[in-house]
Amino acid sequence: MATPTHASVAARTRPLDVGRLLQGGLAGLLVLAFLAWVVVNFVEAPSDSTNVILIGITLGCLYALIALGYTLVYGILELINFAHGDVFMLGGMITSTLVGTVFGLGAGSRGVVTWLLVVAALLIAMIFCGVVNATIEFIAYRPLRSAPRLAPLLTAIGVSFILEDIALAIWGPNFVSVPQVFPESRLFTFHGIVYEWDKLIVVLITVPVLLALVWLVQYTKQGKAMRATAQDMDAAAMMGINVNRTVSFTFLIAGGLAGAAGLLYALYVTNLGFQQGFQLGLIAFTAAVFGGIGNLPGAVLGAVLIGLIQAMNEGFVWHAPGSDWTQSIVFSILILILVFRPEGLLGEQVQEGG
Amino acid sequence: MSLAMVRAKERWREQPQRVRVAGLVGFEVAIAIALLLWVRELGWGFAWFAGLLWTLRIREERFRWGVEAAMTIPALVVLPALGIITAAIYLVAELPRPIRRRVTPVVALGAALAYPFYVSHLFTIPIFGAFPDVATGVVMIVFVMMAVGLNIVVGYAGLLDLGYVAFYATGAYTAAWFASLQFPHQHLHFGAIGITPDLPGIHLSIWLILPIAAIFTGCAGIIIGLPTLRLRGDYLAIVTLGFGEILPQIARNGDNLFGTGFNLTNGPNGITPLDAPGFGNTLHKAIPFLPANYLNSTNSDRLFFWTAIALLLITVFCSWRMRDSRLGRAWIAIREDEIAAAAMGIPLMRTKTWAYAMGAFFGGIAGAYYAVFKSATFPGDFFFNISVFILCMVILGGMGNIWGVIVGAGFLAYLNQEGLANTGAWLSTNLHVSIDVPLYASGIYGVIILLVMLFRPEGLIPDRRHVVELHEGVEDEPLYQAETA
Repeated sequence: MATPTHASVAARTRPLDVGRLLQGGLAGLLVLAFLAWVVVNFVEAPSDSTNVILIGITLGCLYALIALGYTLVYGILELINFAHGDVFMLGGMITSTLVGTVFGLGAGSRGVVTWLLVVAALLIAMIFCGVVNATIEFIAYRPLRSAPRLAPLLTAIGVSFILEDIALAIWGPNFVSVPQVFPESRLFTFHGIVYEWDKLIVVLITVPVLLALVWLVQYTKQGKAMRATAQDMDAAAMMGINVNRTVSFTFLIAGGLAGAAGLLYALYVTNLGFQQGFQLGLIAFTAAVFGGIGNLPGAVLGAVLIGLIQAMNEGFVWHAPGSDWTQSIVFSILILILVFRPEGLLGEQVQEGG
Repeated sequence: MSLAMVRAKERWREQPQRVRVAGLVGFEVAIAIALLLWVRELGWGFAWFAGLLWTLRIREERFRWGVEAAMTIPALVVLPALGIITAAIYLVAELPRPIRRRVTPVVALGAALAYPFYVSHLFTIPIFGAFPDVATGVVMIVFVMMAVGLNIVVGYAGLLDLGYVAFYATGAYTAAWFASLQFPHQHLHFGAIGITPDLPGIHLSIWLILPIAAIFTGCAGIIIGLPTLRLRGDYLAIVTLGFGEILPQIARNGDNLFGTGFNLTNGPNGITPLDAPGFGNTLHKAIPFLPANYLNSTNSDRLFFWTAIALLLITVFCSWRMRDSRLGRAWIAIREDEIAAAAMGIPLMRTKTWAYAMGAFFGGIAGAYYAVFKSATFPGDFFFNISVFILCMVILGGMGNIWGVIVGAGFLAYLNQEGLANTGAWLSTNLHVSIDVPLYASGIYGVIILLVMLFRPEGLIPDRRHVVELHEGVEDEPLYQAETA
């Protein structure tokens, strides 16, 4: 979503800013070291590394769906919706129940009916999560819209804990396993590079959802209302936009995206725990900040990058820190980005950030 | 709040006082009777609590004394301990205000110090069960200390810190490094007790370790704070959350840092045991009041309890004096309006960093003392949930008000340690439902945070200044409403 532009950057930077130069140099060195590491890994094990990249893109698609929810909500309310990750988790849990118990699909289910049922589960999960997210906004954020900024942030954390415990009460403390509905058979193999159907399906579902979102925000009246509300809520209200309804609609859309992500995650990873929503949500939030929070293409770019970094960290053979350190690495990126470039990769310079 | 609710509230406020009091009393009597018919103790407990609150609000002196006697005497007959508590509350409440302000903390402190002696004679509370034992009391006080420390950051300076557990962990691990076998190639002994002189590892006196841990954690707070504190409120919250996740992960994976084989934290096994606190035989002979070694004492929990109270007193005293100092006033100014504060010449970065360092300092002492009490540190103790749990204490008690924070933290820490388990047991005997209540602890904190922020954002015992700040945007009231105090 468009971020308000302020005085141009050039006017504010002094002619010789040593601190900025130093920062730029250090960031450049860091990126160069990272690229060198990637290149060495490709030289050492080309096919494994390519597989890792393919996994990373799949993960990135999942994160993009979640990160867009954060970015949509932040763009319109300037609120970090901590509960978003748990809405995503609820989507996954609903999927596990729908696919496994209600529809009775199993690992061997194939055919047109299976696909129709998966699409039905996708729609149900999206609607369910959208409604949950809009309800959260109505109960926990709307009454606090004029309160100090930190108040809705705190209720968001509270809601996140409540959702986690609801999932804990319904689905239990252990990981829920989901039947392997997506076929794991190989799409192609090429010199040790393997690409399975389930990865392709994740991408095939994600891309149309993203395109639909772009169409919605850019070319519909409701999308125009969302952009206007994001720019200036009061002015939008004066122009006759129903701000409350627009905000609710945004939460509905964000929740729908989280529901889609929940379904894809549940069916791709085939297990899901009640606490994972919060952790994956934080990773997706990092992605949103990485790309520039409030910026839709930025969220997708950041998500793919974070997905790649996570996959490389866990999959590369040459000097990779391993999955024990994934969270630390992702949060270090988050902290570095927030401290040194709070507007993100694609975002414009915003006044509040720095 | 919906418009209908606001209207109903206004209509209720317009009623004459007699009508409102009669309505509320009638409502409460109905609840008490309903509860009496259901579970007798619960009904009596509710009646006692409601009666206590109402009595204190009666203006007419003779009438009030009569009601107080009517409350105290039956309580003394039925449950002597409850009667004594009731009488003590009334005696303190009857004192004139200036004396009461000084007497209340003294009475509370005396009651706390004597707690180990009378805890076994106390009654059980409906729903929550028995009063906490002394060991639980130590943990409660440690959490109260942490809440008072976090209150400096969140309550005074208005900086939301979602990673306070990082400071708690830093303090605990610092204590563990300096009082255990963690570094077997080092050999440094200074004032430690209860160990043989040739024991490998670093062993310092616990009384030295507490300030070291506090200063070390304070420095960690400065290091974390310097780059991050220029961020705006919600970004800062996220960054602190990030640190709160990174540090425990380092603790978990720290048994083989970067594949070099260097063992910093002993990984998931944690560091255990730690040396015992104590004053050594020399001091013990000179002043018999000081115990030589806590763990050799028959009542080691009591010693830990009283030491914890002493540490808490230091924390509360520092926190209270700091609030009224130049620095504390600067914190409150920043909380209320950062831009205005900067315009008045308050150095934002330095002031915020101090708030962070002081909050970390007390978190560090609390963490170190907790590690010494448990004689262990495990990375599993330092989850994000703990950060939110401590934050919940501050919010429930009342951000910015030390007494509120102490009450809120004590209550929630008790719930966490014993209360929720007792509640589960009570529910299964009286309602015949079996719910593992402690399993849902974080959800319960979530509900508490949500309800407090929606309906009473200033907390149970509010800081008066903070109330004005929180409500000025919500309801259209004059900025400083004259209160008849």
